[in-house]
Order: sequence, then C-alpha cells, then structure tokens
Amino acid sequence: MKPKVAFFDFTCCEGCQLDTLNLTGEELVDLLNAVDIVNFREVKTEREDDYDIAFVEGSISRESEIPRLQQIRDHARVVVALGACACIGGINCLKNHLPMDEALRMVYAEDAKYYDTIPARPIDAVISVDFYVRGCPINTAELLKVVKALLLDKKPEIPNYPVCVECKMAGNVCVFEKGMTCLGPVIRAGCNAICVSSGRYCWGCRGLVDDPNIASEKDILEKYGLTVEQVIEKFKIYNTVAEVTK
Amino acid sequence: MTSVNINVHHVTRVEGHGNIVVNVTNGRIEELRWEVPESPRLFEAMFRGRYYEDVPQIASRICGICSISHSTASIQATEAAFGIQPSEQTLLLRKLLLNAEILESHILHVYFLVAPDFLGVGSVFPLVETHKDVVLRAMHLKRLAYNLAEAIAGRKTHPISCVVGGFAKLPALAALEAIRSELKDALGDLDSTVELFKTFTIPDFVRETEYIALKDPKEYAFISGEIASTDAGTTPVHSYLEVTNEFCVPHSTAKYTKYKRDAYMVGALARFNLNHNQLLPRAQGAAKELGLSAPCHKPFMITVAQLVECIHTVEESIRLIDELLSRGLKEESNEVKVCAGRGIGAVEAPRGILFHDYTYDENGILTEANCVIPTNQNHNNIQKDMEALVPGMLDQSQDDIRHILEMLVRAYDPCISCSTH
Repeated sequence: MKPKVAFFDFTCCEGCQLDTLNLTGEELVDLLNAVDIVNFREVKTEREDDYDIAFVEGSISRESEIPRLQQIRDHARVVVALGACACIGGINCLKNHLPMDEALRMVYAEDAKYYDTIPARPIDAVISVDFYVRGCPINTAELLKVVKALLLDKKPEIPNYPVCVECKMAGNVCVFEKGMTCLGPVIRAGCNAICVSSGRYCWGCRGLVDDPNIASEKDILEKYGLTVEQVIEKFKIYNTVAEVTK
Repeated sequence: MTSVNINVHHVTRVEGHGNIVVNVTNGRIEELRWEVPESPRLFEAMFRGRYYEDVPQIASRICGICSISHSTASIQATEAAFGIQPSEQTLLLRKLLLNAEILESHILHVYFLVAPDFLGVGSVFPLVETHKDVVLRAMHLKRLAYNLAEAIAGRKTHPISCVVGGFAKLPALAALEAIRSELKDALGDLDSTVELFKTFTIPDFVRETEYIALKDPKEYAFISGEIASTDAGTTPVHSYLEVTNEFCVPHSTAKYTKYKRDAYMVGALARFNLNHNQLLPRAQGAAKELGLSAPCHKPFMITVAQLVECIHTVEESIRLIDELLSRGLKEESNEVKVCAGRGIGAVEAPRGILFHDYTYDENGILTEANCVIPTNQNHNNIQKDMEALVPGMLDQSQDDIRHILEMLVRAYDPCISCSTH
C-alpha cells in the first residue's frame, strides 16, 4: 500500500503548496508512484479523511482554525509543517505587534466588526509536529528529501548550523562587508544562502538554529557598527514568535 | 417546482478558500452567494513601521502565485513615493520577469485547474496515467517559466533580486540565451495546447460587464499605462481610488469593488477586450483559431484568453531577451534617497490589475498602505454572473448546477488568499 498523503492550508499565501509542484514531469510521475495524494484542495477535487501523512501550510490566526488543525492531528500518523508560516509563524506574526482590533480597523475601518483574528502562531503552538520543512517559500529539493526519508521511515536530516556556512561555500562576499545587516549567523541553513547569492541578505525565514550563538552575533554587530535594535527590526519579519517567547 | 440546496464549502482547484451557497425553494431563489471566508492576514497593518527596503520583500508574500506582480507593484509604489525613475535596463528586466510569472500562472490554471473539468477528472493526477504527454507538456511549460523567473530574480515564488531602484544582482546573459532557445521550442507546445483546447466545449454563458485593465499606446500593457475601462475611457493610475471604490460585505473577508456598473471584471479577458490589437501576431492567430474575438462577454472564455496570453508572453519574452542580448547588461547604481511622500504602483498581475499605494515618512518608514488585488475586484463580478446564470439553469440537476458554478468560479482563476490579504 502506498502511504496516503494530504495537504492542508491555514493562514498563508499557498506558495509552499504550489512549490511542491515545482517538479519536473518525471519527478511528478515518480512521486505519484510512491504516494497517493488523497487531499490537496488547491489542485484536486476529491477528498478523503483517511491519510497517513499530513503536510500543513500556514499559521494559525483565527479561533476557528484551531479545531480544524486538531482534527488533522487526530487523523494523521505524521504531521509535517510546510513553510515558514507553519514552522515559525512567519510574516503573519508582524500583526502581533499591534492590538488585534486596531490591526483589523487599519484594514477594514468601521466594517472591522464583521471579521475576527487572533495573534498569529506556528502550528506547533496548537498541536505536536513531527517534522518541519522550512523556508519562505520551501525549497522543493529539501521537501523531496523529507518525503524520501519518511517513505524509508528515517529521520530527515535538516541542517542545524547557520546560513553563514552555506553562504561561505557559495563563495559570497559577506553581507556585513557590503554595509548591510544579515541574520545569516543565527538562522538555520538549508537554503544554500539563496538570498545572499541573489544579491540580498538573510531575512531569517528558516528560523533560528537550535542553539544560536548570540554572543558571536553581538560581536559581529559591534565590529560593523550596527545595533541590536537594527537587527531586531529585521528579525521581527519572520521570527516575531521566537522573539517574544525566547 | 424545483428545489436546490447547494453548499460547496471550499471550492477546489482554486487558490484560497471560497464557498458557493445556493438555496432554491419551489423555483424561488432564496439564497445565492459567493462567499470568501479566507483568513485575513492584515498586510496593510503589517506594512506599517517597516523600512522601505523590506516592504517589497513582505509584499511578495501576499501571494504565492503572483508574488512577482506584488513585488513589482510594491517597488513601483516605493519608487514613485521617492521620485525614482528606473533605468531602461531595469524596465526591460521587470517586463521579462512579469511575463515569466504570467506564463507560469496561466499554465498552472489552464492545465492543472481547468483542464481536468473538460477531461472529466478531479485533478491532474489521474491524467499521468491517461494523458501522460499532456501532463509532461504542462510540467515542462510551467518549469520553463519558473526557470526564466529564476534566471532574472533568483527565484519565481517570492523573487529576490528585484529591488527598489533596480536589480541587486543582474542575470547572466548566457542563462537568458539558453532559455531563449527553450522558449522557441515552447511555441510548439503551446500550439499543441491550442489544439487540445479546440476539442473542449466551453460553456456559452454571456453576461456583458465593465472590463478594466492597464492600457499603454506603446504595447500590450503589463507594467505601464493608464487605467482603461470599456465604459469610461482612461483614468491616471494616481486616481485609482475613483475606479476601485472598495466596500465590505459581511460574508467576504475580501473587499468588493465597483465602478460604472454594479461590478467589473479584470484579468486576461478584460485585457483582451481592451488591448487585443496589441497582442503579438502568433497570439492573435491563436485567438482566431480558438474563436476568441473582442468584445467577448463570456466569462468562461477567460481561460481561453489566458492561453492566448501564454503565446503572447512567450513571443514577448523572446523579443525582450533579444533586446537584452543586443544591448548587453551593465551594472547600475541602485542607490536610493528616501524622502517623505506617497506613491502608487499598478501592474497587470496574471489575474488582472493590481494596485499598491504607500505613504512613507522622511526616514523611509512606511506609515500607510493600501493594496487593491485583482481577485478582490472580480469577486463582485463572480456574484453577478452567478445571479445571471442560475435562473436559466433551474431545470437542470442540482449536481449540474453545482458543477457549472464551480467551473464559473474556476474560470476567474481566483487568487482568494491574495484577495483577502
């Protein structure tokens, strides 16, 4: 029996789900030979509540999403958080810096009364999560690696060292040398430092490494004449939840 | 007398969450509603207090399909606020990047979301067995568009290199040259797609509405021009609020819009109706073959207009790459001088005209934002189409009514989470 795989989305842009289809035709054929995709609303009409592996995209930002997520946990043997919104809360948590009614009013003015929202959070604030496929968006090659590991009943190996390691290997000039701030020294690798390689800096979409070297980050900031506040402002974009809980 | 009770909770094969509710008792329509229950992310609130260089980066996350459009509109709005005029080279690269996104998004819609309805299946997955050549062709075209965007901006979903002032890193011309020859080959794949679509019977429903798109006398507009309406002529982009007139309804977290009529349409068919004369020759030929001629008031033909645009974007991308190859690329300064001000950006995203409107303070910190999304301009028109379509269908089975309404929603290719943002 092929394992049954389901995809679900909560508060998000659905870009990570779409990037799961960023495969070559041959890769798609191989994938469908290995698994049965039984639930994928964005591209599939039929749905089933019987599945083994659930990929969950998006953060939780409404009360009504909580029981729906718990039900998915009850059904699935394995839950995989898909993308930054699900793994670390991501960009959606930027609104958490405001009172919720004020954030709603900024968008809907007097019609805000029709709508509801709660501070955004990653899915592991609500249910237990077995594996994390990180990034904004995910890296499709890494997703395939995780799927292969799951099929072989192995633990997927996700880097637990900072982006700087991959950035050095990519041969990039350090962003700090170019006079910009970068979160690479404390953020989990696995992206091949794609943002720095494309001319920019790390925004931290893959979340912190397990044991970030904060002292060394402070040394770097001091060396380049930057302040902790400047970095915190960048850090907030993806890691508001980590910032308030750690 | 007919009774109908339809409650489609989350229409499938669309981006985001939308419901269809129809209740008919003894032939009387009591409820008929297109609902948008999508969770609001409140981007306009999240933008506030952000430094300008992070704003397009955040804006692209409004949408996983049209992130390049959001990023581009965001960059345009920021440049307009600071009084920056992008270079000709930057504009060429931005156009090429947007063409890549339109191609990728339309291929996704035409093949993965719409074609299964005409081939009698619920998704593209069973087609791997029955129509493997079709699926491989679709994956190849989608991947090609992805690779083009990746060559220019580092990534298609949430592009990286495009920044306020220009490009943080220029593409390698050799990569563009390689993609150029693949684009040439793709024209053959698109001919096959036209042949496939000629075998489909597209529902013939007609409802005239107002059509709105960017219009530029120089070209089939994607990133330039004024706001054109089939009812009201053109309006400058800075007066977009006169056109969009957003309002809220309790059953939709996405705002609705209207201009000269009770609703208007944006997207591929609106662009075709307003700008069809500017399509490149091969795309014009495909429109003729597919029976698409302006003005077309058939919403189910949106998908056909998208297919015609796929051909246009491939022709245009080849032309743009040729121009870049003959000019060569040179490093340019992306230096930005911030100042207090308001700026508005407008681009044609795959699903229609998109506006970003920002106000910055003198330190380059965003103080106010407004985004009007293509699908949020289409929601009201979907509702009006349903109201016109259902009364004539009451002699059909409930399943047939449900299916045609789902197909109608799908035809619009709604980007629902994007419309709520």
